[in-house]
Parts: sequence; structure tokens; C-alpha cells
Amino acid sequence: MDPSALRLSFALATLTTLALLGLGLPIAHWLATSRWRWKFLVEAVVALPLVLPPTVLGFYLLFGLGPNSPLGRAWEAVFGQRFPFSFGGLLVASVLYSLPFAVQPFSAALAAVDPRLVEASHSLGVSSLATFFRVTLPLSWNGILAGAVLTFAHTLGEFGVVLMVGGNIAGETRTLSIAIFDHVQALEYGPANRTSALLLAMSFAVLVLVYALQRRPFLRWTGR
Amino acid sequence: MAAAALALLLVPGPGAAAATAGRPLSVAAAANLEAVLPDLKAAFEAERAGAEVRFTLGASGSFFAQIGNGAPFDVFLSADAEYPQRIVRAGLAREEDLAVYATGTLVVWAPAGTRLALEERGLAALADPALRKLAIANPALAPYGRAAEAALRASGVLPAVKDRLVLGESVGQAAQFAQSGAADAALVPRSLTFAPALRGGKVFPVPAGLYPAQPQSAVALSRARDLEAARAFVRFLAGPKARAVLSRYGYGPP
Repeated sequence: MDPSALRLSFALATLTTLALLGLGLPIAHWLATSRWRWKFLVEAVVALPLVLPPTVLGFYLLFGLGPNSPLGRAWEAVFGQRFPFSFGGLLVASVLYSLPFAVQPFSAALAAVDPRLVEASHSLGVSSLATFFRVTLPLSWNGILAGAVLTFAHTLGEFGVVLMVGGNIAGETRTLSIAIFDHVQALEYGPANRTSALLLAMSFAVLVLVYALQRRPFLRWTGR
Repeated sequence: MAAAALALLLVPGPGAAAATAGRPLSVAAAANLEAVLPDLKAAFEAERAGAEVRFTLGASGSFFAQIGNGAPFDVFLSADAEYPQRIVRAGLAREEDLAVYATGTLVVWAPAGTRLALEERGLAALADPALRKLAIANPALAPYGRAAEAALRASGVLPAVKDRLVLGESVGQAAQFAQSGAADAALVPRSLTFAPALRGGKVFPVPAGLYPAQPQSAVALSRARDLEAARAFVRFLAGPKARAVLSRYGYGPP
């Protein structure tokens, strides 16, 4: 097994999850509370990565953010490295690719919070931001945790996008799933099996965690 | 996700429902053949009445793994002579159904406006800091990836470019990386530079002494549904008509 691929996949999954907590929560909050009539358009855009093949995302990222595009040149000027074949590029691709896996559970959890509690907080003079952190967030934490854990797991399992924009560089873009693909193609079934079994066990553990957190007895036990 | 993708990759080819009679010949072809395949197909179908050829492109090493796992191909056109030999040794094809059909050569491809001084400095020009990324095919899967690595090593430029290498799953992806501008240059087989998307770029032949000769073999697989047609295709590839086509795409005689 390739320890650099393991480190890389964990770093990518962790940073993608953190990025989507920062980016996904405001989007989810807006989706949960907005009454804008065209909101469904935004919902559709957020859900796109669920139905698009990863190759579509990879293809547009490669050309839309490659060094021949204005956006790609801007990226290179700011970060000093190219979007394709870099860890930063993979991170952006992963954030886009996992967007619905974070935003949809976040949004469902935030929408389930009783609006009267939020209004009560507002009427007591508490600011919107403070209300979000002191009322909304504590009441929806299990859905938010589920979204974060799903994002983490989904990024660990990402394959197609990485294959298209990664360039298979050890320690930079060769993630666990790419390492498995290479092992299998090269008939190295031993290492392929060890890496696959590890991913299988981790993915199962993550999903067990998600479903356990959503069980009623657990929620009652934590005071909900 | 990864598991599903792998399952799909390991079982390519047409649907099982296709009837045996009149079923097209299913050919697994190394990615370096991409540009020449339409002409080869036309020449073979003109020669053999009723024949129809369908190609799947990829890395030779990947096809080797897939064929070992029962992929339903009839003929395998490898980028080297080694994989077909191993298929024969594994009992999946007979020695007499194997033929060397061409010899490939390696070139550096760069976009037309490249600043790399390849003509003046040869492969040493690749050490230029203006080259940020150099694409080659994955040496673990692609014979031309191994040839590229050998050439970089023999010319002494490998230590300088090692950290700038990006690996395509096949020579096709390596070429695409350079063509899209994501990489600054690629080491690819000469035949690929005849593909429409790569025409107009700068092509620098890698001196022959820098990498092992690249004879390419074809093999008819014993489990082919129409073994006679599969053998006919391999014979055709080693014959004069195919050689004339192959030479137009930069291949040397076997």
C-alpha cells in the first residue's frame, strides 16, 4: 500500500469537508429560508454533480481552468501553480463534485428547525448571525454532521474527476482510488486488495456513524 | 464509485445480446493506433466482404489485464511485443496467431508556439524551466510510457524533469494533456501526431538510440467468437496493404 496516497486522500477529504462546511452552510441556510420564486434553479445547480458523470466535470475543469483559459491564467498568477495536476486543483474539483452531498443534508437539517424559535431569538434582539450559531446550529447539528461525514466519504471515493485532471503524480494527485486503479491495471492484485479493503472498511465505518447518529434513541440520549 | 468504475472498465465490449452471426470483430487497440485505425478498418473491410471491425482504445497494459480476466475481445493490438507473448504463454492465444505488424517511434510533441529549443538542444531542452509539466503515458501500463522514461533517462534529463512529469492512463491521455495546454509537451508515439487535433504542433523525433525499439504485435484470441475472421485480421495487419497504410502514419516495417 502507498502511504503517500493514503495521506493525500485524507488531506483532500478533510480539506474538502472543511471547505464545504464554510461554503455549504451559507448556501444551505439560504436554500432553507429563502422564499425566492426561482430558488428551484439554484437547487438544480447544486444537485447537478449528483447526475453528471465525473468526466463532464473533469472535461470542463481541464479546459475551463487550464492554462489556455483566462480563468486558468488567473489561477496560475494567484497560486503560482497550474490548476490541472495540482492538489489545489483537485481540492476545487472535489468541492464542486461533493457540493450536493454537503448542501442537501445541511439544508434539510436547517429547514427542520422550528422557525418560531428563530423568531423568538430575533425578537429578543439577538443578531441573525448569533441566532444561527446559538439556536439554529445546535438544533440541526446531526444533519450537518451527516453532511460533513458524507462529503468526507464521497471525496475519499472520488475517481473519475481525479483521473481526468490529476495527472497521477505521487504525493500530489495520486489518490487512493487512482492507486487502486493503477494496481489493478498492472495486475498487482495484492496491493490493490489491501488498499481496497482499507477503503471498504473506512467507508463502512463512516456510514455506520452517519446512520447511528440519526437513530431516535441516540437523538433522545443527546437531549433531542 | 471507484468500485463501479472499475467493474465497468474490466468488462468492456459490446452487449452480450449481440448475435454471433454478423457480429463485428471486437478489437482492443493500443492508444498509439488512434489516428491510423479508421484507414486500417476501411482497408480490411474492403478486402474481406461482410467484415466489420470495432475498436476499443486504451493502454496495452490495461487490455492485457482485462483479457486475462475474460474481456470479450477477438483481437488485441498491443503497443509492444511483450504483452501478446504473455497472452500466448497464458494459453489465451496460439503462437501462430501472433504477428508483429509495425515498429513505432517516439517523438516529443509540443504546441506550435512552444519556447522549448528542441531542434537545438534535443531532449536536454526539456530541462528548461519554461516547461512546467511534461506528459508521458503511465510506464506501468503503457509500453510507450516505458520508452519515454527510458529516453529521458538515457539523455540524462530525467532527474531534472522527474518532478514535472504527469502520467496519462494511455498515450492518448498524455497527448491530450499537452494538446489542451495543461502540460507543455508530451512524449508520445509518432503515429499519434497524425491525429487531427495534434496536427500543426511541433514534432521532435527522439533519437532512436535513446530507447528500446518498439515492435508492436497483434494476436487473435482463441476465445474469439469468429476465430477465422480474427486470424484474417491479424494476417491482414502483417500484410502489404496494412503496411502501406501504417507507413503513412509514421510506423516502420516490423
